[in-house]
Amino acid sequence: MSTPFYVSPQQAMADRAEYARKGIARGRSVVVLTYADGIVFVAENTSRALHKVSEIYDKIAFAAVGRYNEFENLRIGGVRYADLRGYSYDRADVTARGLANVYAQTLGTIFSSTGEKPYEVELIVAEVGKGAEDDQIYRLTPDGSVVDEQNTVVVGGNADSIGTYLSQRHQVGLGLAEALKLAVESLARDPNGGSPRTLTAEQLEVAVLDRNRPQQRKFKRILGNQLSRLLSGDSSAEGEGEGGETADEAGAED
Amino acid sequence: MEANTRGTGRLPAAFLTPGSSSFMDFLADHAPQLLPGARALPEGLTIEAPHGTTIVSAVFDGGVVIAGDRRATMGNVIAQRDIEKVFPADEYSAVGIAGTAGLAVEMVRLFQLELEHYEKIEGTVLSLEGKANRLTSMIRGNLGMAMQGLAVVPMFAGYDLDLGRGRIFTYDVTGGRSEERGFAATGSGSVFARGSLKKLYRTGLTGDQAATLVVQALYDAADDDSATGGPDLARKIFPIITLITEDGLRRLSEDEVAEIAVSVTDHRRNQPDGPQAPLL
Repeated sequence: MSTPFYVSPQQAMADRAEYARKGIARGRSVVVLTYADGIVFVAENTSRALHKVSEIYDKIAFAAVGRYNEFENLRIGGVRYADLRGYSYDRADVTARGLANVYAQTLGTIFSSTGEKPYEVELIVAEVGKGAEDDQIYRLTPDGSVVDEQNTVVVGGNADSIGTYLSQRHQVGLGLAEALKLAVESLARDPNGGSPRTLTAEQLEVAVLDRNRPQQRKFKRILGNQLSRLLSGDSSAEGEGEGGETADEAGAED
Repeated sequence: MEANTRGTGRLPAAFLTPGSSSFMDFLADHAPQLLPGARALPEGLTIEAPHGTTIVSAVFDGGVVIAGDRRATMGNVIAQRDIEKVFPADEYSAVGIAGTAGLAVEMVRLFQLELEHYEKIEGTVLSLEGKANRLTSMIRGNLGMAMQGLAVVPMFAGYDLDLGRGRIFTYDVTGGRSEERGFAATGSGSVFARGSLKKLYRTGLTGDQAATLVVQALYDAADDDSATGGPDLARKIFPIITLITEDGLRRLSEDEVAEIAVSVTDHRRNQPDGPQAPLL
């Protein structure tokens, strides 16, 4: 048996980080930003059934890029964690911070364990608060780092250029239609300076955590006609569907 | 993935293992002590615990109504005057409970979570039949306790989005499930409530009429069953009434129920036995 090459820990970690980063950079981005009534999630995703954005618990949602099987696995783990915690204690005891910590530990352990390949995923865990100042957005990287983000965050390919564009133009208290327009604009930009692409409603997956929803569960997918109207700049679509249209229905339409 | 790992803060392996979409199955594997039916009682022991009593439900045009009185009794003592026995299960269904209150409330909590968990994992909602069947298995899980006197007998009502109508399911302690036509009652006052419903129920009711109907039935149950509480005008404690339609579930506000309860009570002053059906 030949003697294995010596690889310094620094180099090993750098290689693993590079491997994960490359995997993530291949995928389309997800944009998360705050608006007047909560937090909006916009992803480029042509699939109606395989989601990049999902509900975790009452006020907590999850967005991810990278390998589908890996982030789906983490999503289900998160739902189980949240439901078990809410069942053992109380619904109010399930927090985005707690969930982000568990994800961070999980990703960190996998990243530094030599027996496993690092996950090629980047996650966002967001919680809508009673007021805009209570909104929380956490970004998690494959090595288990947690970043507490303010107002806007982007993960996926071209995250840097999209993120810069977005954060420069974002304002606190945007309406849903304005926030969505800004998100789509930033996703459609060509990082090499070419002309922007056109993104239609069919290519987008959009969901919100709306603090004003009367239901306990604040997560809602924005689909079909309402999405088209919002994209075309019709702000009357913003408040519609409250009460009757629910996350359940949204799921059932898929 | 390595097994591990309580203590490191990492999600335990069970959380990341692909499995069923059922929260109950997950609990059974990972934390069985949290399942309501998992606790064994010593043989031959009987415990006296607060019991909830009468639940009534009726189908109307475009939906279903489910309502419960507010009394919990322990033997001949009124244990609680304002207990809630009708709970939303999800957006389109509700569950009312008669039987041992402590166990029933816990069962409802788990049932709500079971439906929500499935929906989040799968991205779609269970069919109404599917929901009713999940409840069956939970009651069956409680059979051991039921045999020692701690029975839970729920009623499940919901709007079937596929069929476009309200439906009612009742259960016995063994988990036996039956779908009811038109109306149903369960709990100790149910014989009296059912008689009342039978005389007053007709097809083509509106939601408001159905709400009045269930208050009449609960009044009759309270009239003849000491364990069922009537509308408490002095304390302003009224039945809980939930309407479920295509638009989702709505619990009537206290003012709305108070109005119905007061008008029913007023009519009973002149006619203590309530509205009369024709002889033929």
